[in-house]
Amino acid sequence: MSVSFGGDEGGVNLTNFVCTSHHTADIISTVEFNHSGELLATGDKGGRVVIFQQETENKSQPQCRSEYNVYSTFQSHEPEFDYLKSLEIEEKINKIRWLPQKNAAQFLLSTNDKTIKLWKISERDKRPEGYNLKEEDGRYRDASTITTLRVPVFRPMDLMVEASPRRVFANAHTYHINSISVNSDNETYLSADDLRINLWHLEITDRSFNIVDIKPANMEELTEVITAAEFHPHQCNTFVYSSSKGTIRLCDMRASALCDKHSKLFEEPEDPSNRSFFSEIISSISDVKFSHNGRYMMTRDYLSVKIWDLNMENRPVETYQVHEYLRSKLCSLYENDCIFDKFECCWNGNDSVVMTGSYNNFFRMLDRTQRRDVTLEASRESCKPRQVLKPRRVCAGGKRKKDEISVDSLDFNKKILHTAWHPQENIIAVATTNNLYIFQEKVN
Amino acid sequence: MEDTKPEEANVEEQKDEENKICPEKMEEAKLKARYPHLGNKPGGSDLLRKRLQKGPKYFDSGDYNMAKAKIKNKQLPAAQTEKTGEITGDHIPTPQDLPQRKPSLVASKLAG
Repeated sequence: MSVSFGGDEGGVNLTNFVCTSHHTADIISTVEFNHSGELLATGDKGGRVVIFQQETENKSQPQCRSEYNVYSTFQSHEPEFDYLKSLEIEEKINKIRWLPQKNAAQFLLSTNDKTIKLWKISERDKRPEGYNLKEEDGRYRDASTITTLRVPVFRPMDLMVEASPRRVFANAHTYHINSISVNSDNETYLSADDLRINLWHLEITDRSFNIVDIKPANMEELTEVITAAEFHPHQCNTFVYSSSKGTIRLCDMRASALCDKHSKLFEEPEDPSNRSFFSEIISSISDVKFSHNGRYMMTRDYLSVKIWDLNMENRPVETYQVHEYLRSKLCSLYENDCIFDKFECCWNGNDSVVMTGSYNNFFRMLDRTQRRDVTLEASRESCKPRQVLKPRRVCAGGKRKKDEISVDSLDFNKKILHTAWHPQENIIAVATTNNLYIFQEKVN
Repeated sequence: MEDTKPEEANVEEQKDEENKICPEKMEEAKLKARYPHLGNKPGGSDLLRKRLQKGPKYFDSGDYNMAKAKIKNKQLPAAQTEKTGEITGDHIPTPQDLPQRKPSLVASKLAG
């Protein structure tokens, strides 16, 4: 039995997670911890952002449970209508990215299909009282009744958390935005849609630079689209973008203004004899994430997670099967459109474990250093206090063992597309369709 | 006639062998059996363009009149299967094509 350590000392006990918070929501579309892990933001299909704050730990409590409670909630995006094309613009929040904290306030970028917004979240715990011209409720005092002058003072008040939109970055994307990524220079960020990637300055909303454009002159010749993009965590000149054909391109902004020509192309050669109707569809990369140390990147395609060394383009250094048993179900998954589901993936704080979601409210944790993996389930049953999550097993075929679930019994409507890992601690956020679960590694 | 039969049997056996080794190919065979008109290039521009569009397309009188003018003297296009059809400018929308309106917003349950 391996010993589990907390925080960044390495070694995650994959079978030692308990539920610490559980919230019911509208369809969650994105989940993101901020840089300290104290705040957790979720975006939903209705255009709302809900931010949770970690409860400051009670040191006297032996179990060090970290609950996350609602801190702020606001409407980020509203539904819009594109009159020219007669198309609806969904208010669904596709991505949220936090800015590193510079002062007392917190900033995040949230985006729907077309517009990115910079939100400032600030706390107010003092209120000025004792105005000369106004009553406390805001009504103006009759000037003739004012006989003395006083200096207003700040008095403590109940904590109020305010969210205000500071910038709106609009009208730069013809296609649907799938990614935003803040640069390590903390001044710029990129936004990517199906065919183009734009570079913005956080202070400037009326213009952005186009840095990647893969739109063909003739749309009949379209063969691939951009599926995700991210800036390197330390090198402000480097970013990657993934495609629907399973390739990742690394670009260096120092090389040229328009980065259509990649610096590196990461692609695993395919065995042509294995090629089928589904090959290209399941090779489409749904998410790409750099490791925290900046030496690796992880990609998620329909059936697997791959770890790439940035110095090696011709194949990944590690490949993990997420749900290989689905390979013999591709026909039905194509028919019910599940084959197009976009799963995300994430690294833990020290890059030793990666996590991704699956169906039936299952999610997978893959330990790279200990070469172990586990399948866990996010469900009401798993929320019971102090109960450790039980590993799940799927039976691909043949005789089903007692605790196993057969592939045909899996609920493909219960998908975990969005997961996030606290940057320092072994706390994870898992979003099922309508619920947000927060699990923590139990400290014995 | 009798000469070709054993050969045919051999080819079929070989195909079965291949399919057993590759579950993907078996699934492909299943799909082709259900949708015989499905093209051979799944990742082609049709599928991608459908992805690019994503989202409900509402009735557009401009599109409608343009399409009507184009095919004035031709037959109306036959109804296309779900997988190969896409709503393009040439497609004349009918009330059946239009998606249901979205339900109105309700307060987020996450906030309690």
